Amino acid sequence: MALFNQSRSTIIRLIFGAVFFIIILQLFNLQILSSKYKQLAMNNAVFPKVRYPDRGIIFDRKGEAILNNTIMYDLVVTPIEAKRIDTVGLCALLEIDTTEFKKRMLEARFKNGPFRPSIFEDLLPPALHARLDENIWKYPGFALVERPVRVYPFNAAAHIMGYIGEADSSIIKRSKGFYRLGDYVGRSGLEAYYEKVLMGQRGVQYMIKDNMNRLVGSYEKGSYDTPAVAGRNLRTYIDIEVQQLAEKLMTNKVGALVAIEPKTGGIIAMASGPNYNPNDLTGPDKQKNFGRMQLDVKGPMLNRAIQGNYEPGSTFKPLGALVGLDEGVITANSGYPCGGRYLACGHGKPACLHNNAGHAANLRLSIANSCNSYYANVYRLSVDNPKWGGVKKGYAKWREYMMAFGLGVKTGIDLPAEGGGLIPDTSVYNRVYRNSWNSCTNLTLGIGQDMMQSTPLQLANAMCIIANKGYYYTPHFVKSVDGEDDADTTLRKFKVKHSPLTRITDADFEEVISGMQDVVERGTARAVMIPGINIAAKTGTAEKFRIIDKRKVQLKDNSMFVCFAPRENPQIAIAVVVENSGFGGTWAAPIASLLMEKFLNDTLRPERLKEVERISNASLLPTYFERLQFIEDSSRAERWREISGDSTRLKRYLNRGAGATVPAPLPEQPKKPIVPNQIGYIAPDKRYLVKNVHSKPTRS
Amino acid sequence: MNQRNPAISKGVDWVVIWLYFLLVGIGIMSIFMATYRENDPVLQSFLNFKTDYSRQFYFFIVSLVLGLFILLTDSKFFTATANVWYVVGILMLLLVFPFHTEVKGTNSIIRLGSVQIQPADICKLFVNLALAKYLSRVETNFSQPRSQLIAAAITLAPALISIAQSETGLALVYFSFFLVMFREGLPASYLILGFSLAVLVVMTLLLKPMILFVTITSIAVIALYIMRRQIKRKRNLLFAVGLIWGASVLTSVFFVPFLFKNVLQKHQVERIFDLIGRENPYATENTVEPVESEKTKKKEDNYNVKQSKIAIGSGGLAGVGFLKGTQTRFDFVPEQRTDFIFCTIGEGFGFIGSFIFLTIYFLLLWRIINIAERQRSVFSRCYAYGVASVLFFHIAINLCMTIGLAPVIGIPLPFISYGGTSLLTFTVMLFIMIRLDADRQMVLR
Repeated sequence: MALFNQSRSTIIRLIFGAVFFIIILQLFNLQILSSKYKQLAMNNAVFPKVRYPDRGIIFDRKGEAILNNTIMYDLVVTPIEAKRIDTVGLCALLEIDTTEFKKRMLEARFKNGPFRPSIFEDLLPPALHARLDENIWKYPGFALVERPVRVYPFNAAAHIMGYIGEADSSIIKRSKGFYRLGDYVGRSGLEAYYEKVLMGQRGVQYMIKDNMNRLVGSYEKGSYDTPAVAGRNLRTYIDIEVQQLAEKLMTNKVGALVAIEPKTGGIIAMASGPNYNPNDLTGPDKQKNFGRMQLDVKGPMLNRAIQGNYEPGSTFKPLGALVGLDEGVITANSGYPCGGRYLACGHGKPACLHNNAGHAANLRLSIANSCNSYYANVYRLSVDNPKWGGVKKGYAKWREYMMAFGLGVKTGIDLPAEGGGLIPDTSVYNRVYRNSWNSCTNLTLGIGQDMMQSTPLQLANAMCIIANKGYYYTPHFVKSVDGEDDADTTLRKFKVKHSPLTRITDADFEEVISGMQDVVERGTARAVMIPGINIAAKTGTAEKFRIIDKRKVQLKDNSMFVCFAPRENPQIAIAVVVENSGFGGTWAAPIASLLMEKFLNDTLRPERLKEVERISNASLLPTYFERLQFIEDSSRAERWREISGDSTRLKRYLNRGAGATVPAPLPEQPKKPIVPNQIGYIAPDKRYLVKNVHSKPTRS
Repeated sequence: MNQRNPAISKGVDWVVIWLYFLLVGIGIMSIFMATYRENDPVLQSFLNFKTDYSRQFYFFIVSLVLGLFILLTDSKFFTATANVWYVVGILMLLLVFPFHTEVKGTNSIIRLGSVQIQPADICKLFVNLALAKYLSRVETNFSQPRSQLIAAAITLAPALISIAQSETGLALVYFSFFLVMFREGLPASYLILGFSLAVLVVMTLLLKPMILFVTITSIAVIALYIMRRQIKRKRNLLFAVGLIWGASVLTSVFFVPFLFKNVLQKHQVERIFDLIGRENPYATENTVEPVESEKTKKKEDNYNVKQSKIAIGSGGLAGVGFLKGTQTRFDFVPEQRTDFIFCTIGEGFGFIGSFIFLTIYFLLLWRIINIAERQRSVFSRCYAYGVASVLFFHIAINLCMTIGLAPVIGIPLPFISYGGTSLLTFTVMLFIMIRLDADRQMVLR
């Protein structure tokens, strides 16, 4: 019938051909042009199983491990295999109830699916692990999995060692994908600074997985696998016994201390109070402890030794003397006729502790007697030195000296987040005083006050410069890295000798050091004396003010102390700050003395142990923390109420209602005149700084 | 066979038979690649009827026996009984309603013991016979609308029944017979109309209603402008253009939303919108009750196509090699023994392998059309065209689905996909054609 339709056969053939052509085009597109599908297929089916290396161990100078690795256990469950088990028995072992058990099983299923193991309980306490280990065979689907954990055998050096934590998204982003979710990264301290050395090299084992994410074998017979390389160990200058003693002495005190070996710049001990036990951040309760410390206004995680800003006060005077000597504005024989106050600027400030004639008859006496007038004068002579031509240029020169002493600049210690203290630039004074100021305006810089601020580390480093008569090494903890080779540049900068002030003659240094030795033998720090050791030291006492409840409150003075010993062959230089505790000689000096004795004699005399107990038992925590904590907690509760509308937390802080605990506001203080030179000044670290709103002459 | 029984082999088209063997071989190999697990004893598991490739192998043997029987049958038998088979097929389809078992969201399967029968699948064979029979009648004048209507009814009756059994995929296959009718003189305008309608529906989904309306109107205006001379002579043309314009607008505004809201099931609509990468705008208005939870269904469909594309795409130019495909061996692609079997070939043998595979199919279809055109009998020609069309439709839809060019419609790849019914039906279909072709010298009506 339809022979005349034969041409339609061609059309049908064309339709077939066209459709096949389209299919082939799409295949070409998928298989040849798009490259993403290969990668997607790899992601689908190949699982790079990361083999974690052991992190490096950190040793002290005698080879004791301060930071070590240990194995803890996680209880892991594979939900699909955990069927028909004795739930009640397991719950009894774990001391949880069956609802909690069901909740965790659901979580496990939700997190990793029923076929893959998920953590049921992590970091089991040793007793629980022992109980489970015996009985685990009764519970199919449950297993104990090893997990390496950091441990601190001496319960010490928390601020130095730092802690590790899981890499968060920002770290992963910054590392350009080097770190992955679940990796542990050093988050502070040496753990963070030496992360690359300590972490070692991850190994990867490529495994084939199926559609349920079960691993079914190794990929390409393991030909792409790489082994894990363990992290390298660090050898430090820390003397763990001195470190432990230092931390014990700083118990219940706010402040910091640093002890450095002047010959090498190696840090022997560094403590900051309040402190915490480093093991609190590794065990099962690490999250809880971390949260608690974060909310504590006392800032236990803050390392005040490198981040705290303090007016050096009288401890600055040896530096001021050296500047004067180097500039030639004074000589060892220069004296100053101080009658109890400095009168040259017209306002009679600063006042001086002594008023007997001749207490500042020469340089050595002026240090031993800590004469404020003498050093105000030295400062003025230095900046008004005619050879600079004007106070501003003179001040800029003086600031250069300060930088040479390591003040106002970061030392470059091998810890992250170091603070730099503050030696203000000329422009700061220009701004504050609208360009009209002279050496009288900021003359208290000469006695370590005004806007000058430094970290305890910087003070200790300045002591090293004096002890070494002009040179220093960048303070650092790590002496060597195990398996170090030429490719390692990490420690290179700590081997460089800095000689900023070696041009000052040894005779000038000897004069200043003699004055400092007199401080111990005849002056304000007699309690420091150790038989058989010549100590050079300087005490300091700085008045503290703080704005609390919108009122300026005078706090107890900061107790400061710097020293080095033995004089002839300096082996340890120390700076100690104890906040709000009184005179420099009262608390800071005995602490430094004990540390020196411990380090130099390797032991303490028996009668000194009583002193250790006395100091460590003394609680010198300022009372204002209680009030600050209340303000902090109640405002957090208020923010919570704003966000969630839940006011139960806030009720605790309100006056009405039972059980409200409100610390009384601090007692009214007599109004003090605000010194004009402090207007507009902003402290460098607003969060933690105990702000110095008023600078008054120190006594010591 | 060739030597021992010259009577059977006489006139038999060996090219088709060899292509058939090749394809079934590839099929069993693909199923083997998808389901073989390391360390299985190969020979033993091939014979034990427990693995899928073993079962497919036995289905192949059964198919061969059946094929042999067909080759031994007199070709007149098929012309004579065509209508009877059709009636039997329709009855089977109707029997499904009381006796069906619900399997994978379809109500079209009868279960006899461990054997599942899907009459909608088998029935295309009977429709092919009946359509060929009807078109080959002397009194059929296919240029008349009456004959066209009857032919359409023969074809679409089983399709409608299977839609009623929630088996849309197989129902679509029956539309492939329009290619046969086209060859036998169905006016080309029907094909153009169908094509235009399809374009219009796709455009409705892709474009915003306003833009589409403007487009249709501008096309109409341009058409009027171009034909302004003819329109002056023939006023009716103006009405015709107006009518087409009205119909188009009506389709896009009323017919398509109606189709998507009230006729198609929700998951089918979702599949279509997944394909074009749009959110389903009718999601909340669809009133057709889904057979199963459409949420899981949607997720699965998306997942299937994604994984299927990954598997095929990861094959690259030359493929990852025999039994080395990570995607297909570890069950990343669901349904990969049946509907998504092509992934195995795509991943294992890459673009080159897929190209060769498609060439084999194309050669088979080409050969079948050649066979059809050399028939002296209309019945044989129609039947052969029917075979080609059905095969083509299955291949096109299935492959397009696996490479993301068509929505997920669950129809098997002929001779390759795992499944006894499918293999048997296609084998019988093909061998009837070979038998008819062997007798092409006889005049059958």
